Order: sequence, then structure tokens, then C-alpha cells
Amino acid sequence: MAHITKATSVRDWFDQRIALTKLWNVLAGQYWIPKNINFLWAMGVVLTVLFTLLFISGLLLLMYYKPDANLAFDSVNYTIMKEVEYGWLWRHIHAVAASVIFLIIYIHAFVGIYYGSYKKGREMIWISGMLLFLIFSAEAFSGYMLPWGQMSYWAAQVITQLFGGIPFIGGALVEWIRGDYAVSDPTLTRFFMLHVCLLPIVIIMVIGVHFYTLRIPHVNNLEGEEIDFELEAEKYLKGDTVNSKVIPFWPGFLSKDFFYVSLFMIFFFYLVSFHFNFAMDPINFDPANAAKTPTHIYPEWYFLWQYEILRGFFFDIGPLKAADIGALAMAFAGISLFFMPLYDRSDVVAPAHKRKGFFIWFWLLIIDLIILTVYGKLPPTGFNAWIGFFSSVGFLALLLVVLPIITIKERKANK
Amino acid sequence: MSVQKQERRDFIGMAFGAVAAVGGAFALVGMKKSWDPLPSVKAAGFTTVDLSPMQPGEFRQVEWRKKPIFIIKKDENMKANPSRDVVVGNENYIVTIGLCTHLGCIPSWSASDKMFKCACHGGEFNADGMNVFGPPPRPLDIPPFKIDGTKLVLGEEGPEYKKLVATA
Repeated sequence: MAHITKATSVRDWFDQRIALTKLWNVLAGQYWIPKNINFLWAMGVVLTVLFTLLFISGLLLLMYYKPDANLAFDSVNYTIMKEVEYGWLWRHIHAVAASVIFLIIYIHAFVGIYYGSYKKGREMIWISGMLLFLIFSAEAFSGYMLPWGQMSYWAAQVITQLFGGIPFIGGALVEWIRGDYAVSDPTLTRFFMLHVCLLPIVIIMVIGVHFYTLRIPHVNNLEGEEIDFELEAEKYLKGDTVNSKVIPFWPGFLSKDFFYVSLFMIFFFYLVSFHFNFAMDPINFDPANAAKTPTHIYPEWYFLWQYEILRGFFFDIGPLKAADIGALAMAFAGISLFFMPLYDRSDVVAPAHKRKGFFIWFWLLIIDLIILTVYGKLPPTGFNAWIGFFSSVGFLALLLVVLPIITIKERKANK
Repeated sequence: MSVQKQERRDFIGMAFGAVAAVGGAFALVGMKKSWDPLPSVKAAGFTTVDLSPMQPGEFRQVEWRKKPIFIIKKDENMKANPSRDVVVGNENYIVTIGLCTHLGCIPSWSASDKMFKCACHGGEFNADGMNVFGPPPRPLDIPPFKIDGTKLVLGEEGPEYKKLVATA
């Protein structure tokens, strides 16, 4: 055991017992951040703040929500919205944050792609981030069905039915996931468990892993410059803070982050206060009805691109059924970005505007994703179906064919 | 001596691994089973429909296992289809599960052009429940049934059902 002496201060008392100063230095005081990064690097902290908001507003909603197919709708739309003081505020914070967190996740991920932050030593940061995206998708979906409105119900019906596409065991698997022959009370209660217990625990653990993966390769910077963090940190600690290329996370970087978080929070509470409706589908204010499908069903905006890939393939190709191609393409789209470090065959770490081919590819991908998102909301008939088809094929081709080709070319040109 | 000790440790390790593997397997089976449909859910799996009051050409929707069931009594304008029709008495009926075989939405019956149209992804089925347009990979499913006089018992596999499924 450590040799404990009479403490000279409260801080010293804790230092002797749980090494508080050392822990602080590892987490913030001597965690080094490059100087040349901009506001786009603040998205991680914005996401942390949003997740905290979701967690706290979720706890407050949880106290009045009833996970029962007969009670759920009224517990949300009557009890929480009309009876509980400030219940409406928690609900709108929760719903808006759930929607906006995906916007920030997408920005965070595409900043990573633009600056090549997924490769050359930073693969684990990327993979753990993609894992978080996947679990957040499951978390968003399981939460979306809890108010038990019409859109909730049919989203659950369609998403669980997707597992029916698995050969041989599909039908039985769907019944097992639902706990009934159709989406009903057992389905609601198990998704409730996933949403409020299992998935949040997993998310918090993976966030921990995601933070840890930054420790060794450190965050990338605006130039993709390879910085010797130990050397620069030494400079900083010796007092040469001007010439050092790094600053500590606290107070240097975080103070800047707080500024961006404050700006973001103004935007966020503007949405919560005046434009919360964008996160509330009108159809979901009808109670779930198992006997009638709404005429046009679609997911929240952040899943539209995947949804469009699902229905983009509307004709059979040889022995393959349209539905199976769509389901396979969507399943792949969901996990496709995990493999970014594999598609990119060049080991140049530089911002996209310094890599010509990659730059064009990046913006083509963004445009394709926007087209998929827009057409995901439109009815899939006539001309729309063909746009859906070509943009779905485009997405797959951009990742699987175009990116490897241009990056192999880039690698050869650099030799 | 040390070698002997190492063997003892290996044995303890393997013994622990075996116990943990058996326990883990049982735990997984238990977890799998607790997500299975409850006995009360399974027991409520039968529905009886009396077909005698139906008029020729009439469309009717009933519920079985929380799924919609479409029933159409064919009139003289609708061609008989031996591989899809349920024959009760001298009348031909179409009996299908009313869930689109693509992703499980409920198609709506359009009486004017005698089609089932699914709003979700544009799938269309004709009056016999055959997929004629869009992403649905197969015709509407026929639920297991038994014929009891003029009554249809859904949830039980009668000889007529087995014959129909064998030809379909």
C-alpha cells in the first residue's frame, strides 16, 4: 500500500488515495491536441453534450412512460405532454437531440473522411466510431417505436420483417424477435428494455473505447501533418508554448470547444423551442393500428439514404429477387463505411482538397447521399424509382470500385 | 516439480473452461427461450370464420394471429384458379394473409380494378393474390386452414390446405 501521510490539502488527501492529479493529466491536462485544427474537430464534444442531454431527458421521460401496448400512447401524448410539468420540454429535447445527434454524427464522420482520419494508425478510431453509429441507429430505432403511434408501429413491423429475408430461419427469427406473430406488446416491452438499458450501457462502453483509441495515434489535423506528440509536449511543458505544435486538451482546446458548444446550444434550443415539429411525424400522433398501414411510410430523415438503397432495386436480376437484392444492398450500406481504411489504398494522409481524385470522389459521395436522402422521402414510383436505382448503384460503385481505383492510382503516382 | 504443478494448473484451467462452456450454453438456451412467444400468445392462434353470409364478389378482412386475413368470394366474372382457390361447398374463395410479402405492410383492396395495392413500396397483387408488379418476391401467403361445413378454421392444417399448398 502507498505510504499515506497527513494531508496538506483536500486535493492532497485525494491525490494520496486515488491519484487525482495523475488521472486529470492523463484525461485532460496533458492530453495533447494539435494547434492547427478548426471548429470541425469540436463535433466530438458536441456529440458528448448531446448524448448527455439525451440521457438526462430520457431519465425524466422514463419516470412517466408506460411500456405497455395499451398505455404507451397515452402515457406519452397525454401524461408526459399535458400533465407532467415540463414533460413537453423533456420530450422535445429528447426528440430533437435524437434527430440532431445524427446530423452531428454525419458531420463528424465525413470530416474524418475528408481529412483521411480513418487511416495510417487511426483505423481503430474510425472502426469504434462506426460501431457507435451502428449502435446509435439501433438505439434510435428502438426509441422511435416506444410512443406506439402509427409510424412507430409500422416502422417496427417493416424493420423486424427485414430479418425474414434470411434464408431458412427467417420466418421463425421474425417471430422470435417480435415475441408474437405480429408486432405487439411483447415486442414493445423488449425494445423498451433495449432502448433504456442494454443499448445505453453498450453505447457508454463504446464511447469509452472510442475516446481511448485517440490516446495513441492522437487526433489528426488540418494538414494531415505527422506530429511527434511526445517531442512537442515536452516543448510545451518546458514553457515553450509558442513553438510547440500542441496544446493540452484542458484548458486550451476545451475552452474553444465550449465556445462552439455554446453556439450549438443556441441553435439546438431554438429548434427545441420553435421547430420541434421536424422531429415529430404527424402520423405518429395516431395510435398504432395493426389493421391499417399508413399510405406512405418512411423512416426519420437520417435513415432515408439507407431506406432508398433498400427499395432502389425494384426489379429481379436473373435468379435474384428484387427484395433480396435491396435487403442485401441495405445491409451492406449499413456497415459499408466500416471498411473505409480498406477501400482507400493510398497511405497519403492529407485533406481532400490536396488529393484531386479523392476530392472529386468525396463530393460525389456527398451528392449521391443527398439524392438518396431526398428520394427516400418521395413515393417510389415511375421516374423516382429509376433515380433511386441509379443512386443506389452509384453509392455501391463509389465505395467498392471508384475509391480503390483512384487511391491505387494516387499511390502509384506518388512513387 | 514445477512441471507437475503446471499440469495441475492446466487441468484446473480446462476444468473451469468446461464448466463455463456448459453453463454458458444453458444460459444462451434460457435467454433464447425467454424471447420466444408466450404460451398464451400461441394458444390464441385460432380463428373461425363463417363464410355463408358472404355475397359473390365480396371482400372481407378478418384477423388471425394479429395478422389481417383477406377473404374474397369469387363471382362469375372471376376465373377459377385451382392452385389458389379455397373451395367451400360449390363456391370458390381466395383466402390469404394480408401482408405484403416484401416487408409486411397491409396492401389495400381496390374493388374497381380488382387488385391489392401496397402503398409502402408500390407492390401489386391480383385478385388471386399473385404478385404482378413491384418488389414482392412471391404471392400472398395462404394461412393454414381447415374447412368445417361452411366455416373456415384458421390456424389448423386441414386436408384441403395440404392439397392446396402441394399444388401451389
